[in-house]
Amino acid sequence: MCLGVPGKVLTIRDDRGTAMATVDFGGATREVCLVYTPEAEVGEYVVVHAGFAIQVLDEAAALESLRLFAEMDGQAP
Amino acid sequence: MKWLDEFADPAAAKALLADIAATVTRPWAVMEVCGGQTHSIIRNGIDQLLPAEVELIHGPGCPVCVTPLAMIDRALALAGRPEVTLCSFGDMLRVPGSEGDLFAAKAAGGDVRVMYSPLDAVRLAEEQPDREVVWFGVGFETTAPANAMAVHLARERGLRNFSMLVSHVLVPPAIDAVMPSGRIHGFLAAGHVCTVMGTAQYEPLAARHRVPIVVTGFEPLDVLDGIRRCVRQLEAGRAEVENAYPRAVRADGNPAARAMLADVFEVCDRQWRGIGMIPASGWRLRPAYAAFDAELRFDVGTIDPSEPARCRAGEVLQGLLKPDHCECFGTECTPRTPLGAPMVSAEGACAAYFQYRRVGNA
Repeated sequence: MCLGVPGKVLTIRDDRGTAMATVDFGGATREVCLVYTPEAEVGEYVVVHAGFAIQVLDEAAALESLRLFAEMDGQAP
Repeated sequence: MKWLDEFADPAAAKALLADIAATVTRPWAVMEVCGGQTHSIIRNGIDQLLPAEVELIHGPGCPVCVTPLAMIDRALALAGRPEVTLCSFGDMLRVPGSEGDLFAAKAAGGDVRVMYSPLDAVRLAEEQPDREVVWFGVGFETTAPANAMAVHLARERGLRNFSMLVSHVLVPPAIDAVMPSGRIHGFLAAGHVCTVMGTAQYEPLAARHRVPIVVTGFEPLDVLDGIRRCVRQLEAGRAEVENAYPRAVRADGNPAARAMLADVFEVCDRQWRGIGMIPASGWRLRPAYAAFDAELRFDVGTIDPSEPARCRAGEVLQGLLKPDHCECFGTECTPRTPLGAPMVSAEGACAAYFQYRRVGNA
């Protein structure tokens, strides 16, 4: 149950004061509560656990990690 | 899928493995705390690709596995009550209790429902005011924000028919608990636990036990990079907290989630299945939320079961025994006929070995 996965925020709406989003996981969509990531915007990726986004994925940090791996592999970044 | 496939690139994996091989000079034992990482390691064969000097020890971070037998039996007792709808994450249903599992309780006529989020249980309680809806609130710090919000919303919405059977556990006390074995040189900390809680609470652990603790993600490159950083620290004689999962983990975690957790839960001693009591290792509902505590709402009598003697899950969970070294593995104990929870959980080490490596040690 700790297997959180990143999904893309498609739409955001308000459900009785609680921010909810439709999130796309590689083609499958789910309703996700955004109460812990109020800064999440449509088009961004969120890490989701048990129906809650627990963080907005930092795309710059992700790219930096990938750049480091590519460098180690001797590829151009 | 985006932000998953990129972190499974074979060429980069080879480069990370080569870096580990070039760095290591002597044997090191690294524990991955989280069962999700155990599954990633076994599924991808990472332990078999590493240099012989680096041993991975599988940790206790499987919430289904460590939920105490008494709590499973309480859930079974609740599921047997005619007025109760017992709701749970799917992976709790096959966990063996003293007599059967929740699937068996459902087959026997109990109203047991599998849900993806505790908010679904809150919604059910709103839709069916004549039913007592009980959510089986288990897990580590990752699922706790969801469970905390469910209780909070139930109170805010004035629900009188929603309650939670809480059996939350915490990672840092588990690291303290497994250290006395003396076998572990470094840790991969569970990435998503740190996504919620941040990294600060690991600083005193790294200092006290003089071990590197590398916050690590779940995809193959994440796991390899966590191991690489851990080995580099060990070889350099460092024992620091390092974040190898910056795309999902900030130093202060998720402040909004932490605030809600502090409002709803308080720290308590907790029994860990197969391991025993670990002081200050869990969360329970604060007195302000007592009305939503299923243990207080329903009297299920005294439940004090003992574990089946044949199951060695406790040793597996503490990293003292590899699953396929258990004499019952794959014979007496299989996912269809489990002796213990690690054989049925999606994060259980025994299940990972059975699913991806059926041939034992070969």
